[in-house]
Amino acid sequence: MRCRKCPKRAVLGLSRHNTAFCGDCLTEFVRTQVQRAIKAQQMFAPEDRVLVAVSGGKDSLTLWEILLKLGYRVDALYVDLGIPGYSSRSKEKVEQFAKVVAEPCGSQLTIHTVEEDAGAGIKELANLIKRPTCSACGTIKRYQFNRVAWQNHYDVMATGHNLDDEAARLLGNVLQWQEEYLQKQSPSLPASVEGFAKKVKPLYRMTEREIAAYAVVNRIDYLVEECPMAKGAKMLVYKDALNRLEAESPGTKQRFYWGFLDRQEKSSSVAPSMSQIDQTTLQPCSVCSQPTTAGTCSFCRMMARAKTAVK
Amino acid sequence: MKVHLSHPTRDLIIQGPKRVADIFKELNLIPEAFLIIRGQDLMTEDETVADGDSIEIRPVISGG
Repeated sequence: MRCRKCPKRAVLGLSRHNTAFCGDCLTEFVRTQVQRAIKAQQMFAPEDRVLVAVSGGKDSLTLWEILLKLGYRVDALYVDLGIPGYSSRSKEKVEQFAKVVAEPCGSQLTIHTVEEDAGAGIKELANLIKRPTCSACGTIKRYQFNRVAWQNHYDVMATGHNLDDEAARLLGNVLQWQEEYLQKQSPSLPASVEGFAKKVKPLYRMTEREIAAYAVVNRIDYLVEECPMAKGAKMLVYKDALNRLEAESPGTKQRFYWGFLDRQEKSSSVAPSMSQIDQTTLQPCSVCSQPTTAGTCSFCRMMARAKTAVK
Repeated sequence: MKVHLSHPTRDLIIQGPKRVADIFKELNLIPEAFLIIRGQDLMTEDETVADGDSIEIRPVISGG
């Protein structure tokens, strides 16, 4: 197979675009798509300070690398969850990337360790409060990323969520008719109230396979290993179902998620915006002051329950 | 050929030469969920893996 843009050997076929690219043209294609996403969704401007949430996996390290290559002012935050073995291996990948790729560009890595803050790793913490590990993990990561972005005056917080992530999440929300979550599926969420950082997903136009291929071509040394806590996760079932549909009908994931975004945009003139809803439903947490729909936010409630369980 | 897979980690021996697309079929894998890597290079589905080659079939799906 030959590259459709130059005479070189192709390294990846992209069925959804009916094309194929060599390593150089794939790199150019991916960076162009990310730049297009940033502009189309008005995610951030060149002068803005961006905080990328990194895990050591392909998506977040690739996002960090691309934003640096595109010349943005970007730093990163890694949350050490304290999962035996896995967390130390993922942290090693992040620290290596920071040292070799990011720091020479003036980009800094911040590490938040859950055990130092909560007195236990994520698995032990989830057991203490009798919640699924992935649920406790999501609460902690969302809280800490927002806290660090807000307290350190970053203009925006970026995550490595890709087209597969967003299509799978949309499928899950539609299957369960969780309409209240649908509005939060935009790739660019505003800093709707005091205490919330703006959140963006610059990889939403790219599939996981395209991002992994970019990482391999550009020698980004990421952790291939899957989080042991994700075994049996519903998201994996939804992704598998969507990939089976994609194999039969290339472009299914893109049409599903982008079609949803088109419909969301068309309905935005009649429905109340997320900012309007947030401004009427959110208030400062009684403990930490981060915005919450309850009197005390889910993170502070979780920490209080963990402390009670230890006693 | 030697084939290395992840999630779970395992090594297989498959008779070559064989096209990448046929390896996916033989192992009942969806191409959209994997990359095939020989050395440090990606391979497309129409390429052929020689009997003496070692390849990695790397999953690209993460559960986050």
